[in-house]
Amino acid sequence: LYLSSKSNMAFTLYSLIQAVILCVNAVAVLHEERFLSKIGWGVDQSIGGFGDEPGIKVQLMNLVRSVRTVMRVPLIAVNSVCIVLLLLFG
Amino acid sequence: MDMDYTATQSGFTQYPKLRMRNTSKDGTDPSQLFDDTSAAPGVEPAGFPGQGVGAMGYPGQTLLSDPVSNLAMAYGSSLASQGKDLVDKNLDRFLPISKLKYYFAVDTVYVGKKLGLLVFPYMHQNWEVSYQQDTPVAPRFDINAPDLYIPAMGFITYILVSGLALGTQNRFTPEILGMQASSALVWLIMEVLAVLLSLYLVTVNTDLTTIDLVAFSGYKYVGMIVGVVAGLLFGRTGYYLTLLWCCISIFIFMIRTLRLKLLSEAAAQGVLIHGARNQLRMYLTMSIAAAQPIFMYWLTYHLVG
Repeated sequence: LYLSSKSNMAFTLYSLIQAVILCVNAVAVLHEERFLSKIGWGVDQSIGGFGDEPGIKVQLMNLVRSVRTVMRVPLIAVNSVCIVLLLLFG
Repeated sequence: MDMDYTATQSGFTQYPKLRMRNTSKDGTDPSQLFDDTSAAPGVEPAGFPGQGVGAMGYPGQTLLSDPVSNLAMAYGSSLASQGKDLVDKNLDRFLPISKLKYYFAVDTVYVGKKLGLLVFPYMHQNWEVSYQQDTPVAPRFDINAPDLYIPAMGFITYILVSGLALGTQNRFTPEILGMQASSALVWLIMEVLAVLLSLYLVTVNTDLTTIDLVAFSGYKYVGMIVGVVAGLLFGRTGYYLTLLWCCISIFIFMIRTLRLKLLSEAAAQGVLIHGARNQLRMYLTMSIAAAQPIFMYWLTYHLVG
């Protein structure tokens, strides 16, 4: 029973960084008006209920909003660097 | 400044230049230099600092060559200490070194007891972490405190043991060690990130830090090593039996440890409290604990052929 030694999908730190960049990009392109409000995940729909119990959906919406606010500018730089590196080194 | 230093010692040709640049910048630097040298040992051992500063006004002209070397040494050491302070201050922003030191404050007795607890947690009664005036006690004094020594050593030993296991199957190349290491590290990082995300979503108010989570995720390497070694010695059945034992042990260990940290006070005592929030927290604890055996199997089954 000869198993391949790469049966853990050969994770490297580089693939982790790539995955993280892709996920953050995916969160950053969610548009506030066109998409998030339509499915009830908009900013105005998360404020309310000031009890001690935000709930998972509100936490997720807050997370999406904060990721989009914080990572907008650094993502420009990181994406540019990624594009240049991929063009140069394949 | 006169340059008759060249007559003294040949090794110090750079220092006079440094001194000249320094003294030409502003007038306060030479006095600071002289303060350092007056405090440096070997120049004024008896300690008349005021008189020492006065006497060291222009050392190159009146004193012998020895104070020049002391001066250079003191200047170099003050520069080095300034650089060290700068590096420490900046490094402390990214990597909390002082907090890390707490996690490595272990001794042999603690390591032995903790390893025994990781494979046999059934007899242990008191799982509380003891505090000392608001800060947790060092792991040396409290067996329930998380540490980073065992996870770090376990990680390295896991990589070595996996190399050994692959070697017995004639599948070993030196690159595999690096691949195993980065693969296990990536799984660890992903697990810690997933736990952090779920802790954020469930709004648990806990004092678990990221390093605590890394420590808890690293405890499963002990079980993995024991399983793989048993698999090497006793074949597949030995591997499966030992892995089953270690999986159940780490499951119980994680539940008992996390219960006190994640659940509310009353629920941690064992009283069943019905409420959506406590239920969610219980599910979270169970899923974190259940992820450990899954990872243990996933990371070792390809090693035992």
